[in-house]
Amino acid sequence: MTGKMKSAPLHPVAGNGLLDRRLFLQSGVVLATAQLVSGTAHAARREASARPEWMNVPGKPFTPYGQPAEYENEVVRYPSPNRQLRNSGASWTPLHRLEGMITPNGLHYERHHNGVPQVDPAEHRLLVHGLVRQPLLFSVDNLLRYPLRSQICFVECGGNSNAGWNKTPSQAEAGYFHGLVSCSEWTGVPLATVLAEVGVDKKAKWLIADGADAFAMNISIPIEKAMDDAILALYQNGERLRPENGYPLRLILPGWEGVLNVKWLRTLKVTEKPIMARNETARYTELLPSGQARMFTFTMEAKSLITSPSGGMVLKQGPGLYQITGLAWSGRGRIKQVDVSADGGKTWAPAELQNPVLPKAFTRFRIPWQWDGSPSVLKSRAVDETGYVQPEREQLIAAQGRHGFYHYNAIVTWSVEQNGSVTHVYTAEAKQTGNNISIDTDWD
Amino acid sequence: MPVGISLQAGELRPGPKLGEPADRRAVSSRDWGVMPDGAGLPKGSGTAEQGRVIYDRLCVSCHGPGGLGDSGDQLAGAQMQLTDEWPEKTIGTFWPYAPTLFDFIRRSKPMMQPGSLSDSEVYALTAYLLYLNKIIPEDQEMNADTLVDVKMPNRDGFIRVLD
Repeated sequence: MTGKMKSAPLHPVAGNGLLDRRLFLQSGVVLATAQLVSGTAHAARREASARPEWMNVPGKPFTPYGQPAEYENEVVRYPSPNRQLRNSGASWTPLHRLEGMITPNGLHYERHHNGVPQVDPAEHRLLVHGLVRQPLLFSVDNLLRYPLRSQICFVECGGNSNAGWNKTPSQAEAGYFHGLVSCSEWTGVPLATVLAEVGVDKKAKWLIADGADAFAMNISIPIEKAMDDAILALYQNGERLRPENGYPLRLILPGWEGVLNVKWLRTLKVTEKPIMARNETARYTELLPSGQARMFTFTMEAKSLITSPSGGMVLKQGPGLYQITGLAWSGRGRIKQVDVSADGGKTWAPAELQNPVLPKAFTRFRIPWQWDGSPSVLKSRAVDETGYVQPEREQLIAAQGRHGFYHYNAIVTWSVEQNGSVTHVYTAEAKQTGNNISIDTDWD
Repeated sequence: MPVGISLQAGELRPGPKLGEPADRRAVSSRDWGVMPDGAGLPKGSGTAEQGRVIYDRLCVSCHGPGGLGDSGDQLAGAQMQLTDEWPEKTIGTFWPYAPTLFDFIRRSKPMMQPGSLSDSEVYALTAYLLYLNKIIPEDQEMNADTLVDVKMPNRDGFIRVLD
C-alpha cells in the first residue's frame, strides 16, 4: 500500500486535511491504514511460484461451527474481573479491531455480578405475577412459539467509558476503554404480548425483573417501556443467546442502560412501586457535586468514538490519505450527524454515515483525511435525531461533576504525533498522557 | 420507512396464549423481594453481635475488617462525605433504605454460597452493617418491625430522573 492518493481530487471540507466524504465514491482511492502497535505484521511471503502454498494442497474439511481465522487471534474481549472473584466484573468488546455495525456474538461485552449461570432451558420458566389477572409460567419452548420481533440495537453498560472521569487520560485501546457496548440483532417475544396475556392491572407502574444467576440480579423497569419496545429475547444475531448474554432468555430494552436488560430472566413482578434494588440505588446512580445522586437514568445518551485511528495505533505508512472511521449511537433514536475534526475542534466536517442508520443502533461513520505528517488532534461528535449534541468532556464535568461514575459520554480526543503514534488526550492544548488504564473502582 | 408486515415496536398482537397458570406456591416461592417499606420482610431476627461472627467468617475476605472495603465495596467507616473531593459511598453515606439491605444480602450473598443464609442470619448481618455505620446501637435486634423503623442517613439523597 502506498499512502499517496493516485487520481481523485482533494476537496478539503475542514482544517488539517479533512476531505469531502464523497471522495470514497470516486475510483482510484488508495488508503493508508492505522495499525496497532501490538498488531500482527505478516511478513511478505516469498513469491517464488505463481501458486501460494495453500493452492498446492487440498483445503481443510467442513466445521460444525466456524471460528475466526487463526491470524485474527488478537481480536478478543478484554476481561476486567474483580481481583478476587474472577467471575465478576466486565469484559470489553474490541471495538478498535472491528468494522461495520454488528458485534460478533463471541465478542459482545459482558458484565456479570456473580458469573455466568449454566441454565438448563428445559427447566427454565419465566414467571409473570404481581398486579395481574392471572400469574403465568412460560417455558422457553412455549415462548419460541410466539410471534417474534427483531430489532438491531446496542446494549451499553451504564459504566462504559468510566475511565473518562479519571484525571489522567487512559491509554487503554479504544475498545478496552469504551467497549462495554455492543450491537446485535435481538429476536424474541414482544414483552407487551406476554403482559397482555397475564392481564396487567390499571394500577401497575413498574416491573421488577429477576435473573436466574447466582447474584439473583434484580431491577425495576417502568411499565411504559415494557409496553413500548421491550423484547423477551431468545436469539442474538440469528442464533440462540450466548450463555454470557443471558441464555436462554433475557430482556432487551432498546436504548436503555445495560443493567436493565436483565439476563437469564426468571421472574417479572408487576407492581405499583420500584423495589429500590442495590443496582438502582447504591450502584447505577450518578452522584452530583451537590451530594445528591441521579437515579432512574435509563436512557444512554448520544455518543461517538473514532475507532481508527485510535489510541495505541500507529500511522506507519506516514503522511497520506487515511480513512477515519468510528461508531455513533444514541438511546433516544437515530444518529442524525457525526462531525469530525482533525484540528482539535477548531473546524468540523460531517462524516459519511453508513446505511442503514437505525434507531438505538450503532451507526458507522467514515471520512477521508489527508494527513500531512504534522501533529494532529482528532475528535468526533455525535448529534441524534432529537438534536442532542454529544458534549465535550469539560461540559460533561461542569454539568455532572467528577464522581458520577456512570453515563460518561463525552467527546473522545485522539492525538496523532509526528511519528504517527496515536494517544488519548483530554484537550488539544494539554497533551498530557499517562499509563493509568485502571478505573477508580473495582468491578464487583 | 417502508411498512413491513412483521411485528413493529409498540404494536400489540395477541399471542398464542401458552402461559400456564402459576399456583400460589409457584408464585410465593419466587416472591421474595423486599420493598423499601419493608413489605416482604420475613420472620426471624438477629443482632450486630451475631452478625459480626457471620461477617468475619463469610464477608471479611472481600469487604475487609469492619466493612472498610478491599476487593469488595467499602461498606462502612466513610471518612469522606458525598460532597467531598473523594466521596466514599458506603451503606451509611449512600444506601437509602434499610429493608432493601436485607433484600440484597439475602438474594446475593455470600458470593461463594448465595442463598445459604437463614433469614435470621441475614437480619444479624444487616444489624452488624447498620451498627458499623453508627445507625443503630450494637444491642438492637433487627426484625421485620424494627428494620422498617431504621431511617437511613441518605434516604432523601436521590433525584428521580425517570426518562
